[in-house]
Amino acid sequence: MNAGAKRVLLTGNHAVAWGARLSRPKVIPVYPITPQTPVLELLTEFHAAGELDAEMLTPESEHSVMAACIPASLTGVRVFTATASQGLMLMHELLHYASGARAPIVMANVNRTIASPWAFWPDQTDSLAQRDTGWIQLYVESAQEALDSVIQAFRIAERVFLPVMINLDAFYVSHALEPVELPAQALIDAYLPPYAPQHFIDPERGESWGNVVSQDLYCRHRQDIGAAMDRVPAIAAQADQEWQRATGRGWGVIERYRCEDAELVIASLGSMCGTAREAVDALRADGHAAGLVKVRLFRPLPLAALRTALGGVRDVLVLDRNFSPGAGGVLHQELRAALYGMPSPPRVHGLLAGVGGVNVPPQKIVDLALAARNREPAAEPVWAN
Amino acid sequence: MGKLMRLEKLDLPEEPVLCSGHAACPGCIDALSARHVLSALGPDAVAVIPPSCMAIIAGAQPMSALRIPVYQPSLESSAAAASGLRRALDARGKQETHVVVLAGDGGTYDIGLQCLSSAAERNENILYVCFDNEGYMNTGAQKSSSTPHFARTGSTPAGKSSRKKNLIEIMAAHEIPYAATATAGFLPDLARKVEKAKALRGMRLLVLLVPCLDGWGVPEDQGIKVARLAVESGVFPLYEVEDGYRYTLNTAQKTRPVRDYLLAQRRYRNLEEHEIEALQREVDIGWARLQHRTQAELKTID
Repeated sequence: MNAGAKRVLLTGNHAVAWGARLSRPKVIPVYPITPQTPVLELLTEFHAAGELDAEMLTPESEHSVMAACIPASLTGVRVFTATASQGLMLMHELLHYASGARAPIVMANVNRTIASPWAFWPDQTDSLAQRDTGWIQLYVESAQEALDSVIQAFRIAERVFLPVMINLDAFYVSHALEPVELPAQALIDAYLPPYAPQHFIDPERGESWGNVVSQDLYCRHRQDIGAAMDRVPAIAAQADQEWQRATGRGWGVIERYRCEDAELVIASLGSMCGTAREAVDALRADGHAAGLVKVRLFRPLPLAALRTALGGVRDVLVLDRNFSPGAGGVLHQELRAALYGMPSPPRVHGLLAGVGGVNVPPQKIVDLALAARNREPAAEPVWAN
Repeated sequence: MGKLMRLEKLDLPEEPVLCSGHAACPGCIDALSARHVLSALGPDAVAVIPPSCMAIIAGAQPMSALRIPVYQPSLESSAAAASGLRRALDARGKQETHVVVLAGDGGTYDIGLQCLSSAAERNENILYVCFDNEGYMNTGAQKSSSTPHFARTGSTPAGKSSRKKNLIEIMAAHEIPYAATATAGFLPDLARKVEKAKALRGMRLLVLLVPCLDGWGVPEDQGIKVARLAVESGVFPLYEVEDGYRYTLNTAQKTRPVRDYLLAQRRYRNLEEHEIEALQREVDIGWARLQHRTQAELKTID
């Protein structure tokens, strides 16, 4: 453990709140929603106790939360918020607005089913449906990774001037208690210096944002956003390596688990990876060359790293805890596109597993993996519940 | 009518925050109103301007018609955006810098009302100015919830069947420090109210009646006259509400029939006599209610 670090029991939500506190945001607009509410509650407790020197706003909706986040960020201060599910849906318009404004906001999203009908279970359709909004997206598997990723996210966001969303699965991550190492404030302050952008809203400077632009200016602005996104895989990898040097913990933009000589690789996002890890161990114990690729950075999709990790593998089994009606699993679509055109590409099998929070135990994944080896991938969505 | 009007030059100090060369229509009362609001507010301010006529007037990037920074939020989120901006300025130690919203009635009475209510409930330290031209004029004159009874718009071709929403009363019910009506038809009164609002802290609201020449069917040189008729007929009373209960009516009497105001605008063309009478009754009742509130307040306080 690092000097000054403490080992404590935290839920994923409380780890997120600690990650935010350690990052010293100056404005925090936030609105409660199950299963994110404990993030809000712990932040307001920190604030009430004088341990968090930030302006806290509790507006009437998530829409107003994001509306407040954007100009606050453009005024030159660090901004944090958190939401889930319907809250993220309500923010949708302003998610585009935030990336368009190049506002390096960091937001935690607890992945929960989206209505209707009303439900509260882990499902990543909420955030995956935001894949075109210009937000960088990370998916985490544990409370420790959630805490570390919030802090790393500010580093990444403020380097490229794009907002970052950290996604953690409802209950499996948000409410599970785990031992978490809380780094010392001094370590964070060295890793994440105060936010001091070159441009910000101030009467002494006269800079404005948001007025109407020409076709050409708009097009060039979109290209600039694209260029910033393209830099993210390298910047995220560097932020993670420096974090590893400082804390001893690194997570990678993708993680390759037991992938050496693997003939079959399972690929997934978030907490499903914890279960898949056990399935890989079971498959290996039975003599099958199986591995896991955990996609931690989903937007932008780290194409080069994925092509390296999956090139030469015979079968890739994508487990999607999300559903895009008419298309299937979102990660499945994304990986098929990412691997398209490679010489002798892997066979990519997409399975809708755990949609709506349906439980997917390790043995189920073992069975799915063994079955995938003996069939051609289907072009249509395949349900595995 | 038929009385000669005496012309006098207004002596208003002017800080040029709105520049010439902006993109407003000729004779636009929106631009005139903004010029005096911004002048009274001064240069230590940041404007939040949602999509509206004012956003066009403020100009296309990289140019700006305003000498202060402008943030343009989405149409429905002005008060929330202003809150975030306010808190960030506070966090940077800029408590004295004003945050002013310059929004239209569509962005205020309709799509932006939810977040305005929330900002009022939190008593955010912002000055919210609604440039009320009683419709979606920037999209070619459709009705908003501020469009008055019987007025014709692009979406109420036979005349609006319901009455104008009373925003001042809604906001007064939030017990905000200051809510007032004003209009460029009475510029010294408008400037005084901006000065008064500027000296206060917390949520302050000014609703400015802005006759829209094109949308209301008013000749280019008659905007100010119509604004004055609105006040004189009692259709748009000039009044202030402090802390939700201290009412001040700025003119003692209505001095004209509503008919004078209606006849000056094409949006009320072909009104039938019973409709004119109905509008007169609505104005009389509204005026009596305001007088009652002013007096009731006096009784409470004295």
